[in-house]
Amino acid sequence: MSKPRFKTSYDADIDRFQGSWHRAQYLILILLALLAPWLLGSYYVGELSSVLVWSMAGMGVMLLVGHTGQVSLGHAAFMAIGAFVHLALMLRGWHFVPALMVATLASGVSGALLARPILRLSGIYLAIATLALGILVEDLAIVAEPVTGGVRGLVAPPIELFGMTIDRHGTPVAFYYLCLALVVLVTLAYANLLRSPTGRAFIAVRDSEISARALGVNVIRTKTLAFALSCAITGLAGALYAHLVQAVNFESFLVIISIALLLQVIVGGLGSIHGAFFGAVVIVVLPQGIAIGRDVLADVGIRVAAFPGLDMAVFALIIIVLMVLEPRGLYGVWLRVRTWFELFPLYRKGLFRRARSYLKTERLK
Amino acid sequence: MDTIQLLISGIANGCIYGLIALGFVLIYKASESVNFAQGDMMILGAFLAIALINANQADLPFLLGLAIAGASLGLFAYLLDALLLRRVFGQPQLTMVVLTIALGFVLRFVIGAIWGHDPVGLETPIAGQRLSAGGLTIPVIDAVIIATTVVLVAVLWLFFARTRLGLAMQASSQNQMAAYYMGIPVKRVVSLVWAMSGVVAAIAGVLFAAKGAVEPSAGLVFGIKAFAAAVIGGLGSLPGALAGGLLIGIMEPFAARHLPSHVAQVSPYALMLLVLILRPSGLFAQVRQKKV
Amino acid sequence: MSLLEVADVSLSFGGIRAIDGVSFSVEPGEVFTIVGPNGAGKSSLFNLVSRFYQPADGSMHFDGHDLLACQPHEVIGLGIARTFQNIELFDHATVLDNLLIGRHSRRRTRWFEDVLFLPRVRREERAHRRQVEEVIDFLELAAYRDRMIQGLPYGVRKVVEIAQALVSQPRLLLLDEPAAGLSVEETENMAWWIEDMQKDLGLTIVMVEHDMGLVSQVSDRVLAIAEGRPLAEGTPAEIQAHPEVVRAWLGGVDKA
Repeated sequence: MSKPRFKTSYDADIDRFQGSWHRAQYLILILLALLAPWLLGSYYVGELSSVLVWSMAGMGVMLLVGHTGQVSLGHAAFMAIGAFVHLALMLRGWHFVPALMVATLASGVSGALLARPILRLSGIYLAIATLALGILVEDLAIVAEPVTGGVRGLVAPPIELFGMTIDRHGTPVAFYYLCLALVVLVTLAYANLLRSPTGRAFIAVRDSEISARALGVNVIRTKTLAFALSCAITGLAGALYAHLVQAVNFESFLVIISIALLLQVIVGGLGSIHGAFFGAVVIVVLPQGIAIGRDVLADVGIRVAAFPGLDMAVFALIIIVLMVLEPRGLYGVWLRVRTWFELFPLYRKGLFRRARSYLKTERLK
Repeated sequence: MDTIQLLISGIANGCIYGLIALGFVLIYKASESVNFAQGDMMILGAFLAIALINANQADLPFLLGLAIAGASLGLFAYLLDALLLRRVFGQPQLTMVVLTIALGFVLRFVIGAIWGHDPVGLETPIAGQRLSAGGLTIPVIDAVIIATTVVLVAVLWLFFARTRLGLAMQASSQNQMAAYYMGIPVKRVVSLVWAMSGVVAAIAGVLFAAKGAVEPSAGLVFGIKAFAAAVIGGLGSLPGALAGGLLIGIMEPFAARHLPSHVAQVSPYALMLLVLILRPSGLFAQVRQKKV
Repeated sequence: MSLLEVADVSLSFGGIRAIDGVSFSVEPGEVFTIVGPNGAGKSSLFNLVSRFYQPADGSMHFDGHDLLACQPHEVIGLGIARTFQNIELFDHATVLDNLLIGRHSRRRTRWFEDVLFLPRVRREERAHRRQVEEVIDFLELAAYRDRMIQGLPYGVRKVVEIAQALVSQPRLLLLDEPAAGLSVEETENMAWWIEDMQKDLGLTIVMVEHDMGLVSQVSDRVLAIAEGRPLAEGTPAEIQAHPEVVRAWLGGVDKA
């Protein structure tokens, strides 16, 4: 984007990176991520791991909501499946890697099985059905005691990998690298998907089911695949989350987490992988920011009571402002800022004006 | 006898669910979206009434307090639509869903920050009174809830069937573009529907607080349950909403008695999921096919 | 043998007969046009052939395949591509992306190959792109290749939609009102595209159209329908002179 380039082969469009500068930007980002433990204290490394885990979960939701256009209000259920299956296997003596793979697979398969009946619903009805699913899993987590440990839940054992013992508190840096490696892998796979026929089919289903069908896309199968992949990624995130918080029980995956996940990808910006990461940063940084703000106010003599729910309320206010002013989320804001710098001083105000869209009725007629 | 008493208590609960579900249906008809803050609006109405009426608060006469609470909620919902939601009009359904979810969080926080997080009840002239007839004793409040709901539903029905504004609302909900061309100020009508749903929420909140106690976080759970009621009845149908509410209200006490507690707790949602899969347009709506 | 055989199909919407016993067959290489007043069921016929609607009875065969045994998404794989009356493009994507989606029926990679982006996927992508570029050249869309659909003029979108159908390398193209909403010049261009597609690409085309000028210019045969029933079939000139057609069109007023 930064300077005009002439494309000399089709590969220029097929490649993951558009030119060497684009590639360099991401190499720098990876380098910074690798150096982070030296640049930051161990507390912030823990927070970074948290950002990575929520980014992973966000990517799962983004694939479904942002790229296939199917709204889910119950994705914490699949985090739960991933987390409980993973821990249950590890506590039965499984090694970390196969346990993680089986947990991911289990989330994906349960997603695919559930997708069949509920994906016939569209729009708001799908959101409602997934909401119900999320609520049901809350209670299932208590009932399915052999897997979930019942009301008490499960405690995450330390991870044995490459002869090391990785533990979120004992070896935060190693845990951070583990998360980073998995997130990079999933991001690459996601990016591959988007530049291939499968990803195009997802987007086609999102934008016009009728047209997608006419062009040969098997809409039901495509949605099911998107749901399964989305649930698998979310389940993987759930397994990592279990190690992040060290212990999980039925209260770890309440419906409110599902809602927060949806809000996360919306704040980040629907329809872009970046959005999952931006949203995760907000989710993790916001409570910290509010706590710091409260400390600062306390220092100058203004005491603010710790209101429960303040984090979520501020987050919700950000959502409301974004929805009205920039529906493409933080990624949209980022695009504007970047374009402003690139075009300086030629940026025009109307450059990003959206074409007026009309109410597309989804009512049953 | 016991069964009948359980039934009546269930019906009274069901009426409150039904009223909230009514709010969902009103908004769905007007905006083709779901107001996920409906439960929180109900709680807001309840706390407003408590603040106005309870002896240790403003201590206003009961009916005056009620009227002010209802009117404020109506105004609040009207302004909410006119100032905020109207700006995202025409964007995908998801936008509205997310906005109202976010709004619910904000409301919940504000209510908690103002009135605290302890459960509070509304003081009523009829508190604790019971009606006895033929060996049955019913709390008066249950009878009042049922009667209020019946009257409210009748008024709503007359309003939609008979008044100009009601007809205009129906027209705009069925075809916004056509209604617009017919000279109906669609945007204002939509805001008025929001105002109505605000008033209904306040009434439901008052009844709820009079029967038991409210706390700020109750809005989410109650909202979702009433939402299940609306879906079971069919999101597009006012009588369906009430029927769905009654069904859930009656089901709950019986499920609690006869089923293990986990199963009983999730039974409304399980029923909702089942209805969605088998009859997405609701149990009580006519089945209609989507036209390509 | 005829390429497309539609025999005695009927379609009902909740008791209303939208199509009532319509038959026609389309020979390879011809341009076959369906005309009729608004609400005659022209678009419904298209929706039947592309399997969006299920006929109450009748049969439809394409090149020996029973269309009734196909799902809607399988139709394009047989070689039938279509456009829509109200353009159904992906508005938030570029022309290039829209055309690449048009290649979907020709994809041969599985999703897990796509996720890993195996060398085979890249080879396939290049092949898709080559085909897309051929269509871009053919329909002279090069100037718009990287433009978003939502900013394009209506006339260009019409051509892009045809391009999207063409990249699937169909044998039969269904055009639903290709000239609707186009200016006189654009309609002339559209006539040339249609003739080119017929002559240079050897395509068979079935078209629904109101613009009788365009219909006479490009059609080999015309079927006139009204109120879901066939009125007449013949050359464009025969149809325009047919008394039944004239009556149906002009509401009983004789043409002077």
